[in-house]
Amino acid sequence: MLERGLEEKTFWLNLGPQHPSTHGVLRVLLEMDGEYIVKAEPVIGYGHRGHEHMAENRNYHQFLPNMGRVDYLHALAFNQCYCMAVEKLMGIKVPERAEYIRVITAEMNRLTSHFLWVGAYLMDLGAFTPFLYCFDDRENILDLLDRLTGSRLTYCFYRFGGVPVDLDDEFIAGTRAFIQRLRRRWVDYDNLVTKNIIFIKRTKDVGVITKEQCVQYGLTGPMVRGSGIPYDIRKSEPYSAYPEFDFEIPIGENGDVFDRYIVRMREMEQSLRIIEQALNRLPEGPIMAEKVPKRLKPAAGEVYQAVETARGEFGCYIVSQGDIKPYRIKLRVPSFANLSILPEASVDNLVADVVAILGSMDVVVPEIDR
Amino acid sequence: MNFLVQTLGTAGATMVVGLIGVMALVAVNALFLIWMERKVSAHMQLRPGPMEVGWHGAIQTIADALKLLGKELITPEEVDRPIFWLAPIVIFLPVLLSFLVIPFSATWIIRDMNVGIVLILAFSTLAVLSILMAGWSSNNKYAVLGAIRSVAQNVAYEIPLLITVMSVILMVGSFKLTDIVAAQERLWFVLVQPVAFILYIICATAETNRAPFDLPEAESELVAGFHTEYSGMRFALFFLAEYTNMFICSALAAVLFLGGWHGPFLPGVVWFLIKVYAIIFLMMWFRWTFPRTRFDQLITFAWKILIPLAFANLLITALVLKLR
Repeated sequence: MLERGLEEKTFWLNLGPQHPSTHGVLRVLLEMDGEYIVKAEPVIGYGHRGHEHMAENRNYHQFLPNMGRVDYLHALAFNQCYCMAVEKLMGIKVPERAEYIRVITAEMNRLTSHFLWVGAYLMDLGAFTPFLYCFDDRENILDLLDRLTGSRLTYCFYRFGGVPVDLDDEFIAGTRAFIQRLRRRWVDYDNLVTKNIIFIKRTKDVGVITKEQCVQYGLTGPMVRGSGIPYDIRKSEPYSAYPEFDFEIPIGENGDVFDRYIVRMREMEQSLRIIEQALNRLPEGPIMAEKVPKRLKPAAGEVYQAVETARGEFGCYIVSQGDIKPYRIKLRVPSFANLSILPEASVDNLVADVVAILGSMDVVVPEIDR
Repeated sequence: MNFLVQTLGTAGATMVVGLIGVMALVAVNALFLIWMERKVSAHMQLRPGPMEVGWHGAIQTIADALKLLGKELITPEEVDRPIFWLAPIVIFLPVLLSFLVIPFSATWIIRDMNVGIVLILAFSTLAVLSILMAGWSSNNKYAVLGAIRSVAQNVAYEIPLLITVMSVILMVGSFKLTDIVAAQERLWFVLVQPVAFILYIICATAETNRAPFDLPEAESELVAGFHTEYSGMRFALFFLAEYTNMFICSALAAVLFLGGWHGPFLPGVVWFLIKVYAIIFLMMWFRWTFPRTRFDQLITFAWKILIPLAFANLLITALVLKLR
């Protein structure tokens, strides 16, 4: 590779696996002509743990904690997806109050994920201060979730048939307080970041992804919504209690890095709306379905369930052969598909742009590697 | 002191004593500035910053310096050794020499040269050489990229900086820093030349490689840029040079635009330092508020906006002076 590089007056640069802006152990091989990218090639697999194989050697309950560790930033959506898939397989009906609690906590988790993204992304662009503001806000949500679930990052909260712990008054009061607080905070973010001329110059018309490309590469989540396709599993294939809430799907216009930022910021506002509505209309009743067997032994069959995580469509496909262990679990992770567009999006851009584009994809590397 | 005066003459004695004083100032100033930067950034980021070592972490930097002194000086295998070793020293030399002509007050000046400002600007250009040496000799792609960026950036921003400074010199008619300060006894030049002041601050930020123009060491792109391979005290020297450079650029701003040592009640030196640190605070404020610019935007900004503006400012200054 090196000889070829010299002939063509280009050189190879290893961006990662240890680099400040690859957010984990992702490695991107860049063939560069000066500071311009000729070719970008993501190399993945440094964080491979074999989650899918682990599933084949455990029973259904034992695999549940794994779901918090595939995508550690939006663990509750992964929990929810797996639980819903197993419930579908077993034919368990989840009580309404449990569905509401799931929606509230999953949306709060989405907020923490987006906050971390905004902070880390701005740090990629060289602004360090917003990172700590985001973490300050994120800390609020983490404290609340910590109170309810007992953990702050790798949640394992939902159970087959419902949730184990009910919301208490302090949690509800705390959540209402933080919704008010966050709404005041948007003004700060707008003034500090969204209206900043340097930020706009760095992100407008950079890394444009067209609608056609989105479809070709199977992108999901804020990546497609940034390009103007209103595709969100919460609306297009409604699950859990989402059909009962009134919320919008924000979309961008140009499909550039700036649009993906705006989409995520607006999504956070929508998440707040969902949480508020859910708290206002929280139904009474049980939080666990009755008669969920201790030992799950579903009949032979297969099931697919998708949810909208902070990064896009996460799908869980389970094949059961009537055993206490699943025969096969396939995890369709959004970051894997989203990353696949990087080579095409980064050609003829500067190194700084590649960092901006890679950041805007919001990849979680352990999720890609699984 | 007498011995020095006898052997070297008065001028020589002032030089020796002054240089020793400058060495002390450089060290203390860097320690203070690093502490100040930490505190400023911390309070802008909703956190207290260093609090453990000394009063509000006041001697934290001394502890850090001791740690850096104790570190092994790693020389990677493939580096170009002589240049690699020389670069941190070369970056420090021009910085030290610039102190020769800075007037801390009417009397506190080591050597009042009649080409003072030219001397400082000439020496500040030399810093690029050392960055290039460091980047090239490291034999590391990130370091080379950082060095290339640094050269392009410094050359681009030197031009508007010089032109801006020229418009002040036109008004005074002297390259002597003391003359420039003396001319501002009644009216600071920042009020007469606001555009020049803004241009100067922008260029100075770029010249000192500070955010939002910190591209030679852009962390999220180039890991640590030109000093990626440096460790221990060699890295500390680059760090020290950066902060001392900030001091010199701010001192020049104070001399050119803020009336140097002039000010009521307090002694001249105090006024001078207050002005210098106020400008340094401004530069820190930039760093902790703005994202980083992109390289091509940075160069375009210099050539297409700053240089024409600086020329226009110079032309208008010349016209006004001629017509008056």
